[in-house]
Amino acid sequence: MSAFGKVNRRQFLRNLSYGGAGLMLGTSVAGCSTLRNSGAGPAGEFEPNAFVRVTPDDRVIVISKHVEMGQGAYTGLATLVAEELDADWSRVAVEGAPADTARYGNLAWGGVRQGTGGSTAMRNAYQQMREAGATARAMLVAAAAQLWQVPASEVTVTAGVVSHHASNRSARFGELAELAATQPLPGKVKLKQPQQFTLIGQSLPRKDSGKTTGQAQFTQDIQLPDMLTAVIAVSPKAGGVVHSFDASATRQVEGVVEVLQVPAGVAVLARDYWSAQQGRKALKIEWDNSGAFTGSSASLLQSYHAELEKPGVVAAKAGDAEAGLSAAGAVIDAHYEFPYLAHAAMEPLNCVMQKRGDGVEAWYGCQWQSGDQETVARVFGIDKQQVKINMLLAGGSFGRRANPVSDYVEQTAQIVKAYEPAVPIKLVWSREDDMRGWYYRPMYVHRLTATLGADGYPLAWRHHIVGQSIAAVASFIDTPNGVDRTTVEGANNLPYGIPNLAVYQHTTPPVIPIQWWRSVGSTHTAYSTETFLDELAQAAGADPVEYRRHLLQESPRHLAVLNLAAEKAGWGSALPAGVFRGVAVHESFHSVVAQVAEIEDAGNGKYRLRKVVCAVDCGVAINPDIIRAQMEGGIGFGLSPALMSEITLRDGEVEQSNFHDYQVLRINQMPEVEVHIVPSAEPPTGVGEPATPVIAPALANALFAATGKMPRKLPFKGLVV
Amino acid sequence: MEKTVDIEFTLNGKSQVLQADESMPLLWALRDRLQLTGTKFGCGMAQCGACTVHLDGTAIRSCVTPVAVVQGRSVTTIEGLESGVAQAVQQSWDELAVVQCGYCQSGQIMSAVALLEINPNPSDEQIDQSMSGNICRCSTYVRIRAAIKDAAGKLAKG
Ligand code: FES
Ligand code: FES
Repeated sequence: MSAFGKVNRRQFLRNLSYGGAGLMLGTSVAGCSTLRNSGAGPAGEFEPNAFVRVTPDDRVIVISKHVEMGQGAYTGLATLVAEELDADWSRVAVEGAPADTARYGNLAWGGVRQGTGGSTAMRNAYQQMREAGATARAMLVAAAAQLWQVPASEVTVTAGVVSHHASNRSARFGELAELAATQPLPGKVKLKQPQQFTLIGQSLPRKDSGKTTGQAQFTQDIQLPDMLTAVIAVSPKAGGVVHSFDASATRQVEGVVEVLQVPAGVAVLARDYWSAQQGRKALKIEWDNSGAFTGSSASLLQSYHAELEKPGVVAAKAGDAEAGLSAAGAVIDAHYEFPYLAHAAMEPLNCVMQKRGDGVEAWYGCQWQSGDQETVARVFGIDKQQVKINMLLAGGSFGRRANPVSDYVEQTAQIVKAYEPAVPIKLVWSREDDMRGWYYRPMYVHRLTATLGADGYPLAWRHHIVGQSIAAVASFIDTPNGVDRTTVEGANNLPYGIPNLAVYQHTTPPVIPIQWWRSVGSTHTAYSTETFLDELAQAAGADPVEYRRHLLQESPRHLAVLNLAAEKAGWGSALPAGVFRGVAVHESFHSVVAQVAEIEDAGNGKYRLRKVVCAVDCGVAINPDIIRAQMEGGIGFGLSPALMSEITLRDGEVEQSNFHDYQVLRINQMPEVEVHIVPSAEPPTGVGEPATPVIAPALANALFAATGKMPRKLPFKGLVV
Repeated sequence: MEKTVDIEFTLNGKSQVLQADESMPLLWALRDRLQLTGTKFGCGMAQCGACTVHLDGTAIRSCVTPVAVVQGRSVTTIEGLESGVAQAVQQSWDELAVVQCGYCQSGQIMSAVALLEINPNPSDEQIDQSMSGNICRCSTYVRIRAAIKDAAGKLAKG
């Protein structure tokens, strides 16, 4: 046991397949490059398509094209397959798909990119996974019909058993697997109607098991024969590069195996992480920061505010906002500031990679197969088909692992390429590396200006949004007429009926590496629009819920969700002294979420958030308990930027480094959460992100009700205990 | 500066001998030297609780505990949990579907077990207090609270 890094291959494979996090080593997933029937899979298995496999011992293996990072993708996708297959849920397991865009592309992105994001897993795969299950079912039925010489129309399937009642015969899936594999692929399969669902809509137990016993394997846990651990020193300033370095002390550190300069920085390779870290500490590096950004958050903020005076790109327009603003009486005007935010998933970024013959193999919580494959291929000068990616469980991500330029994967590739021996190398970022590793939620400044009509409702509404463009980093994002939806989404599609409206986008220079962060544009647009609306309601002397109801007459989904949250929260009922409520409603990723936050006076001008009532319309509820979990988790995640988290820069360097100075929500600040799901038979929409942006404005609106002062700068530290 | 020492201790009920740099944190000795990867690395500075293990029954952060400290003592990791309290906690965790990404959960469970071992019926405030050193970025906190109470209820019934 004590020998370093020596776990035999079988043990390794067993570890990896534990809890459904299995790898595809040695076997092709579908045994074919298209969705055509491939006949029998390995060892008498039945593999009708790229998404499902039935084994002779009755197991149904669902191949997940989406990474499991806590959001429940494995369970949701398996439910869709199992529903149409009429499988026995206890016999269903999930494996991660390999990188292969042709088979596993995300249909929400036209199928041309493989990856997970934008809360698209259920939405893009709803039809595809059910068809995969229905196809498998039809072929099992055909096999039974052939075996028993009965009409297929008389064959039924229930919980993994195929039956012909008239002749009193039945067979388990596994018994029919081999024969099913010889059946012709059916043409169009008929899918169930929502009222026929038996698994969809149930809170089935999750399939990403092994997480309460320490058995689940994350990238961090991978142990391969002869594997080395790498850490990398990079310039503390964005754009800085190595000028020179002295590794003599590093090479003296016990356990250090090699020190290598790579384009990204200086890598230390060692037997284990601790030695690598000690080695890195001993490095003396001089950085060339001549091309680096050396400014500060304060100077950036100043320039952002100055941007507000310039004309922006028109992101939405209705009526004549300028005329409306100058025509009417009192103008309400508000500025907002949002800092950079780190994703800070619990598992710091990491990646395992090894040269394999003329290709490369990697093991990690991959969220961005297409981009990562291209990046690795470019580093090695090989074809992307020669980059094999094994998708493992990810210890969170919140968008970070889908890096638009595959930063951490590229670093790993550079190190693996530079180190001659073809051993596996695990790049491990420390928490400090992760916190300072850029690709933040961008910093933004907003300005909202409105006038009210004689009836008290908005007559004109003008919204300026200033910040870096994510599409500038992620070039595959379309920017029609120069509009980057990741900047303005949530603001340029306001659900409220406002006759004169203008939304302007101001793109600032790309000085800091940025990317999407759970709920993307809505992280800031939901805040400014929903808190501003409460300020307007107050100016009109109206109740915030009533005010919204009036403005949502053309937005029935928003209205229904708002009404459900308000009703369940007892909106309008008398509150005890010192208790206040705030509400917000927002659509993101095609789902609508409303939340009512309830706070109580905690003395000394501070408040305690004691309860959140959340309503969501996400189409058909595939797994209600996972939806509830995502609402609870999204609320907790959204509270961190409201209350405490911010990344700030000084002299081009990130001031925060770990959880002591980049604070995040802890259990003592987590409110009670009650979730209500709007019944729906519409195709499912996202649940991973849509709860996150709603809580900050709901809470701020409650504070506004309590104090008469609206926080306009996030985080609003010191107000909530 | 580095000093390699022989450390003898009890690990998950079995005696263990390990040669290591005395300053190497217990976390890395467990993970990289003994291949016990259930204990997670989250911050390396006693801020997140992902690395929580039991030292003579008390929850400690293994990322800041030099391995030499465990000399002659008893360490329990998530892999070695077997007490009645531990089983109740793990069962409640599963029944209430606490886990999302799962990366923090070994540490959460180790902290929860240590809490219930000394306080079989903790209040909300006591739960918040003893669990606030364990960050969950997926924010499974609502269910962590509920699962600890559920486990306490199971244990009270016997
Ligand atoms: S890793 Fe030890 S407390 Fe975070
Ligand atoms: S479950 Fe993901 S960090 Fe806790």
